[in-house]
Amino acid sequence: MGKFTLITSREYLNKITNKTFILSTLLTPLFIAGIVFFIGWLTSVNNERIKNISVVDNTGYIYDKLKSSNSIKYELLGDFSLEEARIISDTKSDYGLLYINNLESPKSIADSISFISEEASSLTIINNIESQLEKILTNENFKIEGIDIEKINSKKIYVNLLQETFQGEKTTKSDGLVKYIFGFVLGMLLYMFIFVYGSMIMMSVIEEKTNRIIEIVVSSVKPFYLMTGKIIGTSLAGLTQFIVWGVLFFIFTSIISSIFGISSTYEDSQIVLNASQDSAVSSAALGMISAFINLPLTNIMIAFVLYFLGGYLLYASIFAAIGAAVDNQTDAQQFLMPITIILIVALYVGMLTVPEDPNGIVAQIFSFVPLTSPIVMMMRIPHGVPLIEQIISVLILFLSVILIIWIAAKIYRIGILMYGKKPSYKELIKWLKY
Amino acid sequence: MNNLLSIDSVSKHFGQFTALNNVSINIPEGSIFGLLGPNGAGKTTLIRIINQITAPDTGKILFNNSALNINHIKEIGYLPEERGLYPKMKIGEQAIYLAQLKGMDRQKAKLELKKWFEKFEISDWWNKKVTELSKGMAQKVQFIVTVLHKPKLLIFDEPFSGFDPINANLIKDEILQLNKDGATVIFSTHRMESVEELCEYIALINKSNKILDGKLDDIKRNFRTNTFEIAVSSNEVQTLKKQLELKYDILEPTFRTIGDNLKMNVKLKSNQNSDDLIKLLNERSKIIHFKEVIPTANEIFINSVEND
Repeated sequence: MGKFTLITSREYLNKITNKTFILSTLLTPLFIAGIVFFIGWLTSVNNERIKNISVVDNTGYIYDKLKSSNSIKYELLGDFSLEEARIISDTKSDYGLLYINNLESPKSIADSISFISEEASSLTIINNIESQLEKILTNENFKIEGIDIEKINSKKIYVNLLQETFQGEKTTKSDGLVKYIFGFVLGMLLYMFIFVYGSMIMMSVIEEKTNRIIEIVVSSVKPFYLMTGKIIGTSLAGLTQFIVWGVLFFIFTSIISSIFGISSTYEDSQIVLNASQDSAVSSAALGMISAFINLPLTNIMIAFVLYFLGGYLLYASIFAAIGAAVDNQTDAQQFLMPITIILIVALYVGMLTVPEDPNGIVAQIFSFVPLTSPIVMMMRIPHGVPLIEQIISVLILFLSVILIIWIAAKIYRIGILMYGKKPSYKELIKWLKY
Repeated sequence: MNNLLSIDSVSKHFGQFTALNNVSINIPEGSIFGLLGPNGAGKTTLIRIINQITAPDTGKILFNNSALNINHIKEIGYLPEERGLYPKMKIGEQAIYLAQLKGMDRQKAKLELKKWFEKFEISDWWNKKVTELSKGMAQKVQFIVTVLHKPKLLIFDEPFSGFDPINANLIKDEILQLNKDGATVIFSTHRMESVEELCEYIALINKSNKILDGKLDDIKRNFRTNTFEIAVSSNEVQTLKKQLELKYDILEPTFRTIGDNLKMNVKLKSNQNSDDLIKLLNERSKIIHFKEVIPTANEIFINSVEND
């Protein structure tokens, strides 16, 4: 046991003190943050060019209520005819000209407002103008009709159906999306972890083999401990990297949002908003949050830990065995191929089949097969999977883990001392009998 | 004499292939034992079995009169033929790590290592990485790691390969010193002059079978061909030559001498002895050189393997 700890800590320390590892740990989030920053910067540069919009307001009350923002500036042009205003605005090289006629009712005003611009305008600007005008004119209309806006807002009724399945699970309309996203993130995380750290283990085994240190080491310690120590040590390094990334991600996002956050909230809500739209937005957000809370979170957490552990150990052992069987990375490709295919199939089943029919036969089968179950089941669980199915699947997974570790240890034990030629699958099976 | 290691009827198969077939070897305590054999004979498999890297299919092994088990790992130091170090780890750190794997305490390992590093005048390598060292330098470190935990049994597989003559001599002297201090040494090598020089006992493995073992002197005695190198100075060379040819088997001389006018190798027949030969030579000439041809380890090796 002491030697196992020794190996694990060496593997761990060796990984986390490795220059490449440190660099990738620190640079990956920096790189991602850099890209986000760059995109943010590009957007802000784009927005910094303030778009001047000249307004001819014949009603006398609309312009006062138009709100300029960081990117759009409304400018009163005075009393001109459409033709005159057009020429003036053009010579001023405005972005556009908003011409508002004064007519009887807000409805007829709304129908006659024109916007003239140099080129086809961007959707955001048109939306900005339209939504502002809509709000102003609606409010004006209410006033004319003697309708109390405050009263309307306070008396508005919101409906949100209480959805429930026959099993008594509560759902909402945003549930589907949240479940999909949540499942996708979990499955993806597992997939990445398996690949990144699995191949790290493989490389480490190949390195020991090609450096010929292996025979010295296995004369002191059982190959099984060396293999498992390597797997655990590398996983711990991986977890460390994930934690560092998590912390850095949090720091960077708060920095970025504090830089770009202010400029992105130009949508000022001083004007009384269109009541129904407003509530739709907030109820969607609320729906997301409640959908998230409604997820079987305890179940997800326990399942995630189990599937993460099982799935990772399963694949890590396979990667270790592959590393032991070959002399170099090129030879490893032959054995990596089927694994890559299986993992990608799992990912596709999880992404395409599960959202369609989370408890369908395809999704069920793939969540029992140990090589695909960690990913597929993790993507299914947010949609709700009967407990007994989960238990059977986890049992199958962990029995396979034991079996695969046993097989991998056999291949590892023989492989690390075999040099020269790339073994065939047939030979690998023969090694199991040695 | 007590056997430190007693290998009893050990067999090992890899699928259809037999790596070792019913091999029994005894290695006396305190001896230097040469484990010889052509490439692929099964030496490495046997060494790996002793190191418990692989298990034998059948047969048993006693270490110091008790069945070989995991506790014996710290009693054995093994320098494999194919050896390396972690390229990215500092020399000192990895030497400590490897010593710890052999069950040494970290502090003790560090202390002992410092001594050895000073002895080999390589203290300034402590914080270097293997990639900065030459092959020979790395071999020195590997040698230190092998012997550091003061094992009862040292196993060297081609220990001198990769060393220049000066360092090879240095390592040889250290091995002899360790043997003098009580360590039993197993040598696996193809360099017969080292066997001749160092080994008291040998075992020869060929095609998975042990074909020969015992004290080197005894083996040589068994391999003697009753052949003598003679060189004489005589006035009647032709007569003497005829006489010798009539009585004995005459072979081409395999030695150098000066001041003679007749030299040859003389092989006695089974009923003849050297006294008669000396008498005959003495009567007819002046003996300049007379020596029994003792088979070299090399000859024994080649003969045994070819006749096997």
